[in-house]
Amino acid sequence: MQKPIISFKDYTYHYRSQAEPTITNINLEIFEGERIIIVGPSGCGKSTLAHCLNGLNPFSYPGKTEGSLTICGVEADKSGIFELSQYVGTVLQDTDGQFIGMTVLEDIAFAMENDCVAQEEMIERTKAEAARVSLTEKLDAAPHALSGGQKQRVSMAGVMVNEVPILLFDEPLANLDPAAGRDAIELIDKLQKDGGKTVIIIEHRLEDAMHMGADRIIMMENGKIVNDTTPEELFLSNKLIEAGIREPLYLSALKYAGVALTKDMHVERMQNLALTDENKEQIRKWFAERSEKPPVEEKPEVLRVEDIHFGYTPEKENLTDISFSIKEGEMISIVGKNGAGKSTMAKLLCGFEKPGSGKLYLKGRDMGEDTIKERAEHIGYVMQNPNQMISKPMIYDEVALSLVMQNLPEDEIRERVFEALKICGLYEFRNWPINALSYGQKKRVTIASILVSRPRILILDEPTAGQDFRHYTEIMEFLKELNEKGYTVLMITHDMHLMLEYTNRSLVFSDGRKIADTTPEKLFSNPELLKQASLKETSLYALAEMCDLPPESYIRAFIEYDREVRS
Amino acid sequence: MDKKITIKSIVAIGIGAALFFVVGRFIAIPIFANTTANLQYGILSVFSIIFGPLVGALAGFIGHTLIDLSWGGPWWSWIIASAVFGVLVGLVKKKIDIENGKFGKKEIITFNVAQVIAHAICWIVIASALDVIIYKEAISKLVGQSLIAFAANSVTTAIVGTLLLLAYAKTRTKAGSLQKED
Amino acid sequence: MSATLSYIKKKSPVHGLTGSTKFIFFLVWSLAAMITYDTRVLVAMFLMGVAFFKMSKLTWKDVRFAVLFMVWLIVVNLVALFLFAPEQGVEIYGTRTEIVHLFWRYSIIAEEMFYLFNFTLKYLAVIPVALLFILATDPSEFAASLNKIGVSYKVGYSVAIALRYIPDVQRDFREISQAQQARGIDLSKKDKLTARLKNSAAILFPLVLSSLDRIEVISNAMELRGFGKKKKRTWIVERPFKKADYTAILTAVCMMIVSLGCIWLNGGRFWNPFI
Repeated sequence: MQKPIISFKDYTYHYRSQAEPTITNINLEIFEGERIIIVGPSGCGKSTLAHCLNGLNPFSYPGKTEGSLTICGVEADKSGIFELSQYVGTVLQDTDGQFIGMTVLEDIAFAMENDCVAQEEMIERTKAEAARVSLTEKLDAAPHALSGGQKQRVSMAGVMVNEVPILLFDEPLANLDPAAGRDAIELIDKLQKDGGKTVIIIEHRLEDAMHMGADRIIMMENGKIVNDTTPEELFLSNKLIEAGIREPLYLSALKYAGVALTKDMHVERMQNLALTDENKEQIRKWFAERSEKPPVEEKPEVLRVEDIHFGYTPEKENLTDISFSIKEGEMISIVGKNGAGKSTMAKLLCGFEKPGSGKLYLKGRDMGEDTIKERAEHIGYVMQNPNQMISKPMIYDEVALSLVMQNLPEDEIRERVFEALKICGLYEFRNWPINALSYGQKKRVTIASILVSRPRILILDEPTAGQDFRHYTEIMEFLKELNEKGYTVLMITHDMHLMLEYTNRSLVFSDGRKIADTTPEKLFSNPELLKQASLKETSLYALAEMCDLPPESYIRAFIEYDREVRS
Repeated sequence: MDKKITIKSIVAIGIGAALFFVVGRFIAIPIFANTTANLQYGILSVFSIIFGPLVGALAGFIGHTLIDLSWGGPWWSWIIASAVFGVLVGLVKKKIDIENGKFGKKEIITFNVAQVIAHAICWIVIASALDVIIYKEAISKLVGQSLIAFAANSVTTAIVGTLLLLAYAKTRTKAGSLQKED
Repeated sequence: MSATLSYIKKKSPVHGLTGSTKFIFFLVWSLAAMITYDTRVLVAMFLMGVAFFKMSKLTWKDVRFAVLFMVWLIVVNLVALFLFAPEQGVEIYGTRTEIVHLFWRYSIIAEEMFYLFNFTLKYLAVIPVALLFILATDPSEFAASLNKIGVSYKVGYSVAIALRYIPDVQRDFREISQAQQARGIDLSKKDKLTARLKNSAAILFPLVLSSLDRIEVISNAMELRGFGKKKKRTWIVERPFKKADYTAILTAVCMMIVSLGCIWLNGGRFWNPFI
């Protein structure tokens, strides 16, 4: 029998600042060279578990432990962060926060500098690590000149210089676009195979994390481990759904078609999936029974963008020749790589920046001369992180802010604030402080604070980034409700599920140009376009191909059925 | 001194200095003529109260030096005054339990008395004294200049610093028993 | 934004000096200019500064805005000095040579003019060297340089963090203030001053909160990678001292000695041509 490299025995962790222990009675053994994925809803204790592994608990966030945790033969509680960092290398989700050096070279060398390694050796080892993550060309680059995926690779190189046996990834996919996420998982796979490392990935995007497979999936809930099996066993059961974790789409598709999942099917990865002809027939039959939804009627146009050119500096154009038109009541996703011009486009619509040339029309009226404030009465902009918008401690004051700024009479303010709070389902919390709310509720507060100005068009930047399935559903169902009330909703997003499930149209940006204006189903059936948008194929596409079905219609049929089932 | 600095303080100094720089360099609220309100002292006072005198001193010193360098030349007398301001406000950190959300009338008064005294010492005494020593400037000119700086900075800090601390304190309070209302 | 000075990468003898050298040079040089009021020393320092600037291959275009801004600041100061204390020069130099009487208590006095001339020179002697320090020093070398001259590496690293995260904070600030502008919070509006200050808190609060979150993440990341483990640390960007470095430092030290020597010779900080 192999010896475990990490071993939790009846382990409990109780933060000093909390009334209850956050994780209780953890029993878990991880063996050398294994790849483990840890899943669970927000607040289930998976981050706490990670902090126990790298020593942030109890050395940075004090707390009481019970039971024992040994890592590479060392008693974790009696060790220290520095000692544990020799065994466990941690890559955090915030790609900017952990990029400490001024350049790639310095950031990779950071740990060696702290270890007083001599300069020559440092340079040599840094270059070797940079080559391992294919960043040799970028050694002198500053973080601002790198994409999210590249910054993450720098972080990986930065922890690997120490030749740690265990790599711990805390939500590595949360800040990456789908293509970069896939590359990251492939790189992790390669590093593990080359170096014989043990890899632990904490992630709620299970299907993406499983891209290169895993030995075991650990499921956590309420601070306890509720399941610890191979991916295959887990997928054959219904446990993911019961725990409110999104299962891989191809699994749902198989289940919807009534295919009985068995061991011979190799359900753990789409690439391994083996279906019998009978299974395929079942899927085709299911598809034949789904009817096409009638096309929606054409609504009047609310926004038109014509031949827009824009650059932050005269030397470089950030947007080139952009034109599109948006109809009332649409729900649209704006997609593309970081820096493709999506956010810049949103800023132009809100008037934060002025186009170099071209015109913007609101309901047929040229709004080029309108101020930011005037546009805000028609177009509301919601930032990604609610903490970046909230500037008052109380919900009522926050929502009332823009009306107070206009010096409206108090009665009118109250009436409009209550109206916005009711729309957002926050009326009963109106006298609460904001810090008593959950993330999803805070997001609603920021939306309410925009709705008081009564705009009919909303632009949201990454409304669901970093959220688990429950919060994702909560936020998106709310936006769908707003949309059904007649609001036009534009969302800048990397989230493929969001595009597919909640939008009927996608604008695809690449290098400052609009390269496509199409339905999400068409987008996801076009591998070439996906590549340019830094997205990746969904497993539904592969499944449709496997069953000789037209991918576009199949994806649409699946999404519609899935929506019916979930609501 | 070295042993006592935690990593968090080091990072707080760096980020505090970055904030001081960005706010001081890019937000200009004109008061009159070419005097602008120095919002960065509002921010610095918040950092001093949260992290203490050492962080306040170094964040002020580094932030102010960077601002001056970005214009072309350091004005040492005023840079040193900024650092001293960070220290002096930080001295009342112990009296204000901001981490547990305590920022009531008593704390507001403590904070404002401290910041007004700190501004008085920095601008009327330290900055002027150094200007006399280094540049041999006439005292009558410095009196006018330093009184303006003192008045403008203490009003700015009183409003901005107090508002920021009030809001921050609210984020630290444990939500007690809250009732939904119909 | 273009008005903000930052590192310009070039190949020149000045760029070739280590960060520590430039830092020491800058400190010693500005200290020397600070203590003396000797016209001859200041003129020499200014001319040498201009010569160093020429050596750096930086151009007038790179610094035009900054220099004009400094000149403006100096002019404002000169006017204020003259208005508040028109006889300061007389007090310093002990004689009074009136050239022409203007009005009320104001006259053109040779001593006063000479004092103001020297005041200006004190800045001119430092500006070229300060500009060189800012424009020709790679910010990566900053922390290592501070450490080398004896500053604790931890404090040195604070400076590195400030430089590293200024662009991030700036971006946050821009995005937050744009979103708040859409809600009607505008600092440039012609509101009352107190109202504008209150409004600014609505922008600064989210900025401060997100910065506090950032402090948490960065300190965790640093700790997990062993920052502060040892009493010392090495720097991958550090460069060894060459002959040019010693020459440069020696030059600055000589200037310091000259500056001090003149104080001793003059029997004070001022060189007085009026006696």
